[in-house]
Amino acid sequence: MFKSTKKMNKNLTIITLLFTYLFRKIIRISKKKKIVFLCSVLLPVSVFTQQIEVCKTCPIKTVKEAIQNAAPHSTIKLKDGIYKEYDILIDKPVTILGSRKAIIDGNNKGYILKIVADSVTVKGITIKNVGRSYTSDYAAIYISKSKHFVLEEIKAENVLFGFLIEKSKKGLVKNNHIFSNAVVEAGSGNGIHLWHSDSVIIENNEVHNLRDGIYFEFVTNSKVINNSSHHNLRYGLHFMFSNNDEYHNNEFRDNGSGVAVMFSKNIAMTKNKFIYNWGTASYGLLLKEIYDAEIIDNTFQENTIGINIEGSTRINYKKNNFISNGWAIKIAGACYANKFNQNNFLHNSFDVSYNSKLNDNNFTNNYWSEYTGYDLDKNGVGDVPYRPVKLFSYIVNKTPETVVLLRSLFVDIINFSEKVSPAFTPDNLVDKQPLMRKIQ
Amino acid sequence: MLKIFKYSFFDLMRSRWSYVYFVFYLLIGFVLLFLNNDTSKAVITLMNIIVVLTPLIGTIFGVMYYYNSREFTELLLAQPLKRTTIFLGQYIGVSFSLSLSLVLGLGIPFVAYGVTQSTAIFDFISLLLVGVFLTFIFVALAFNIALSNENKIKGFGYAILLWLFLAVIYDGLFLISLVLFQEYPLDQFSLFATIFNPIDLSRIVILLKLDISALLGYTGAVFQKFFGTNIGIIASTIVLILWVLLPTFRIVVKAKKKDF
Amino acid sequence: MITIQNIYKKFGKVSVLKGLDLEINAGGIFAVLGPNGSGKTTLIKSILGMVIPDKGSITIQNKKILKTHLYRNNINYLPQIANFPANLTVTELLQMIKDIRIKEADEAALIEQFDLKPFLKQKLGNLSGGTRQKVNLVLTFMFDSELIILDEPTTGLDPISLIRLKEIIQQEKDNGKTILITSHIMSFVEEVADEVVFLLDGKIYFKGNITELKKQTNQSDLEHAIANILTTQHA
Repeated sequence: MFKSTKKMNKNLTIITLLFTYLFRKIIRISKKKKIVFLCSVLLPVSVFTQQIEVCKTCPIKTVKEAIQNAAPHSTIKLKDGIYKEYDILIDKPVTILGSRKAIIDGNNKGYILKIVADSVTVKGITIKNVGRSYTSDYAAIYISKSKHFVLEEIKAENVLFGFLIEKSKKGLVKNNHIFSNAVVEAGSGNGIHLWHSDSVIIENNEVHNLRDGIYFEFVTNSKVINNSSHHNLRYGLHFMFSNNDEYHNNEFRDNGSGVAVMFSKNIAMTKNKFIYNWGTASYGLLLKEIYDAEIIDNTFQENTIGINIEGSTRINYKKNNFISNGWAIKIAGACYANKFNQNNFLHNSFDVSYNSKLNDNNFTNNYWSEYTGYDLDKNGVGDVPYRPVKLFSYIVNKTPETVVLLRSLFVDIINFSEKVSPAFTPDNLVDKQPLMRKIQ
Repeated sequence: MLKIFKYSFFDLMRSRWSYVYFVFYLLIGFVLLFLNNDTSKAVITLMNIIVVLTPLIGTIFGVMYYYNSREFTELLLAQPLKRTTIFLGQYIGVSFSLSLSLVLGLGIPFVAYGVTQSTAIFDFISLLLVGVFLTFIFVALAFNIALSNENKIKGFGYAILLWLFLAVIYDGLFLISLVLFQEYPLDQFSLFATIFNPIDLSRIVILLKLDISALLGYTGAVFQKFFGTNIGIIASTIVLILWVLLPTFRIVVKAKKKDF
Repeated sequence: MITIQNIYKKFGKVSVLKGLDLEINAGGIFAVLGPNGSGKTTLIKSILGMVIPDKGSITIQNKKILKTHLYRNNINYLPQIANFPANLTVTELLQMIKDIRIKEADEAALIEQFDLKPFLKQKLGNLSGGTRQKVNLVLTFMFDSELIILDEPTTGLDPISLIRLKEIIQQEKDNGKTILITSHIMSFVEEVADEVVFLLDGKIYFKGNITELKKQTNQSDLEHAIANILTTQHA
């Protein structure tokens, strides 16, 4: 009896290994397709694999025990209950499943799950109370050098770091909710932190009250889709030295600053919302040393600065909405060959602030709510060019204190005289074809 | 005083100019809302108008009323009334009727367009409040000028000059000094320069509720600390009240000593 | 009734009253006369408290009046120029002054006398100068006060109204009131005044009845008597 089960186990292992192999083939073939596909293939596999149940009254009572006993590719089912464990090392490909009521409580000590194997899936459970430290990056889930990991429907609360992912590839992070109660930057960590990783999809997560909501450093070919990152101390999304990434349909609201994208190439940002990043030197989006990016269909609303641009070149800004920001766009440093087309600039205190007299950027066919020109030939394009850079914004750049004179009659008068004959602002920084109607 | 106030007020409420003023605001209100249909945006445009216009109308109306009612004032002086009573009554009568034109003129279109249900209601109310403050301040200043100048033309001249100075020239000098002395810490200077001009102060109070609060971060800690908090709002209101009380006090002192 | 002691008043560099003393007894009509700039109006306005003397004291009915205001409840004053809030009606103006005075008023008879009934509902701004002066007279005489001060009361009145005015003044005198009048119309003064006070150069030059003044100047009528004073003085 005993022997036969062992044999069966062996057979099962062979079958699973076979499946995994086949499976990777499929992945390689259908690399372009969604990883969801991967999950649907995984499901029948797990039917054949071993399932271990963990609960207070089960033979196996702890997660650690379950993992020790699990054969590779087996499924560990956490029944509802609280598991007071930390530093749980996952060194074989397993799937951990559970409901939200299956709670792993780290008791404020160390890491909770440490994943060092490939093909690990964690789904549905709650993880809370990660250790606090100023020296170690304790995380709810730590993943290192892993491939094909899936983190799904996890609730992680009271964490230092949420998911800390290093040197990993081809992962999916989806439908998770990560939050903490960060007060100071030094004593807090990031929600989803990726370092030296490739081809990871981050989708539909909610991260809030952390240091950075989502953090990318040396991450390539990854996507950030449909996430909501809000009330974080520093950035909603922090992006450094990461090329060929995209992020779409995310909302960044009320963070210290919205999104910082720095030292990266070929980034696509579409349909994101940058809202209410309001405060001293706060901004919706910071671009620093960025080349060849697409910024399309985004909304920047009520930010102190909509987009703060430093040394960024060949960027295409199209169909974005800039609504009620302090500065819609603040350009500093060398920015060349940028295109601003078909954007809506609505009720910003300053539309464009520009700190030099030279301009190599193109502003055409935008809608400016402050435009007062006319359209005699009724072609929808104003007959008089619009100057988005006001003399006053130039003065405020030079002497920030002067902002207290915003909207005073005197400022209106000098702005008007500058509009008539520009002396301080770039001569050619004009929208020669300002639109008469808002772009829908 | 209430009697004098009542009759000055009735007198003014029936004058053509009150109607013109009222209708002007009514039109502005409706036109702005019709063009924008966005109450919050209209509040910003209105601020530009109120901060410049109420002082102008206040000074001109104040001076005009004083000179036009001189003989009547003499009649009142022969009645068993204190001088304080007469002049304060007239002052409040003028200020109140102008304020009423402003509040009704703008209030009607905004209420009609549903400002009461929008989030802009508080901005709108503070806007009207600031308008009322400015009216009271500038009518008081106008009465001061008129009391000190027997000559009508001179009085009008000074009144216009006062408006021009506080509405435009002051800010010009302010801006120039900020730019010239930008190496020095300018926080305190900006703070005082703002407080000493009721028009600037009113503008800042409204902008704090609208768009300047975040931009102020750039100007340094003192300024932001002062204006960025509730203490700032309370302090600004107190300063505005002082701006009403001090000229009013001078009206009383001046009126007591004046010969008619 | 009125005691004025040693009052001085300067307007800028011009001294108008220079240590003026004057005693006016209760009852009778007093005319204050003098050339332009002699200080007539300043004197009257000092009594009314509209001009504040630099020095000196004024007592009315044994009470010092400088810097007080309630004593005016017992004074009726007719100002020289009648200009009222343009947008109030005649009734409202009367009502207002009654409101302020807190005193019994009898305006009905006066309105009748000056034919003001048709104008009661009209705005003051739309009335002619003469009608306004009539309203002014009604305002003055509708209260029962012991001292009545009339500054150029005849201005702009038609003959009938002038006769009415004289009647009223006479009536008030008969009631034992003290009446102070300034006027340039000497015939009017001669007709109504019991005593004249002649001001010259900020001081009282003459005080007494008209016959005395005529006697002193050897002139037969008041106008010439006055002219005589002025020419001899300035010669």
